[in-house]
Amino acid sequence: MADQADVVIIGSGVIGNATAYYLAKKGLSVIVIEKASDIGNGGSSRNGGGVRQSGRHPKELPLAIYGAQHLWPTLSEELGVDVEYYQEGNLRLGKTKEHLAVLADIVEKGKAGGLELDMVTGDQAREICPHLSDEVIGASWCPTDGHANPLMTTLAYYKKARQLGVRFITGEGVIAIKKVRGKAREVVTANNSYVGDTIILAAGFASRKIAASIGIDIPMIELVMEVLVTEEQPKMFYQMLGTAAADFYGHQSTHGSFVFGGSSGHEAYHRGDDITATTSMTAPCICRGIMKYFPQLADAKIVRTWAGAIDDCVDHIPVISHVEEVPGLILACGFSGHGFGIAPTVGLLISEMAAGEETTLDVSGFRYDRFKAKI
Amino acid sequence: MSKIRDRSIDIGTYCPQPDDQLIICRCEEITKGEIRQAIYDGMHTLTELRRFLRTGMGPCQGQSCSKIIQGILARELKISHLELEPAMSRAPMRPIEMSVLGNEVKGGE
Repeated sequence: MADQADVVIIGSGVIGNATAYYLAKKGLSVIVIEKASDIGNGGSSRNGGGVRQSGRHPKELPLAIYGAQHLWPTLSEELGVDVEYYQEGNLRLGKTKEHLAVLADIVEKGKAGGLELDMVTGDQAREICPHLSDEVIGASWCPTDGHANPLMTTLAYYKKARQLGVRFITGEGVIAIKKVRGKAREVVTANNSYVGDTIILAAGFASRKIAASIGIDIPMIELVMEVLVTEEQPKMFYQMLGTAAADFYGHQSTHGSFVFGGSSGHEAYHRGDDITATTSMTAPCICRGIMKYFPQLADAKIVRTWAGAIDDCVDHIPVISHVEEVPGLILACGFSGHGFGIAPTVGLLISEMAAGEETTLDVSGFRYDRFKAKI
Repeated sequence: MSKIRDRSIDIGTYCPQPDDQLIICRCEEITKGEIRQAIYDGMHTLTELRRFLRTGMGPCQGQSCSKIIQGILARELKISHLELEPAMSRAPMRPIEMSVLGNEVKGGE
């Protein structure tokens, strides 16, 4: 059995679904293949929901700015689902002189890229977010940053793409991509094969093995991070928060619960058999981090914790690229833990690449062949 | 091993039912009608329903409603409820204060 479409997308994460949606809007036929039983079961449903421009790599910054200006503000309306987007700013908090140096560097890089981003004092930070502890002595402040609900965003793109006729197949793990007459054309699974004029590989860390089936390697590793969520709390603030020390990051959701992500320092040393399993060490560590900045939340109850993997590229920026050796293949992987915020922009750009159009923004910085040995 | 499922299979169109106003997830106050509508919008697993509607995301974490939702989903998809994987249960088993959960490190010292 061979199912055929203009474009076959491997991976139903927020990148795959957004791409499917923008392609369907252009009138192309699309099949999305997902290994898991559930749509968007990887990092797309497990991240902290940051829609952030500050702290971005200079190559990624234009994508983040474009999304915050042109896509996120109208996304709920466009997709017909509230993706709970808030553009209330981002505070990155510092408690020591070393932290302030880290923040000053971030501010300088952001400003160089044309972003509205400033250093503020501890008191100014407390004016923006009055619940911060006195330990905070400074912060970077980007008023146009924000956050959204990653579960809703991923499923909203899925819902809308499906309405536009995109076929989604779940429980279908891809084994290999095969060339036909020198061009990537066939996506092979255990029981089926899918044929497309263009094949987009957006399967997170699993992309590495699938790309290897056609002789391409992207240097990335799998890091496991954890997130926790509190019971519904009274409305406190809607800024996105991070810290210079990377103790935690997070926000208060529309629902009222706080969503905080973080790590224990063991991210790269996970068991490997189930990357969605939480450890007994990480959530308590995140809690300790949070309470130093928000003592008021000490009595907030944690209802749930979960884990998810990051496909961390060796230079911590994604691969968004055609592949010269394999015409017809587009790679979209290695998002290194900050793919969610730029997902709408990336989906738009990849749809343009697949349709053979000029891309809205330059993607040459994300080429697959940029990796060089150290000597 | 996950079962292959085509999300474009025709399950008909959403027709309101007399008891659609019934609250199924009591923690998050989600009705049967909202759950049925989401199924027709493409949410074909318990996990997707939970992520889309917040069913089972409240204080009880689905301990009251998950069986009922499983039944609703199986009926709408016209499959056996045995074919549906339950949504993942997660730590902690009961809601626990941040100050208590964060206090584990000193235990052995």
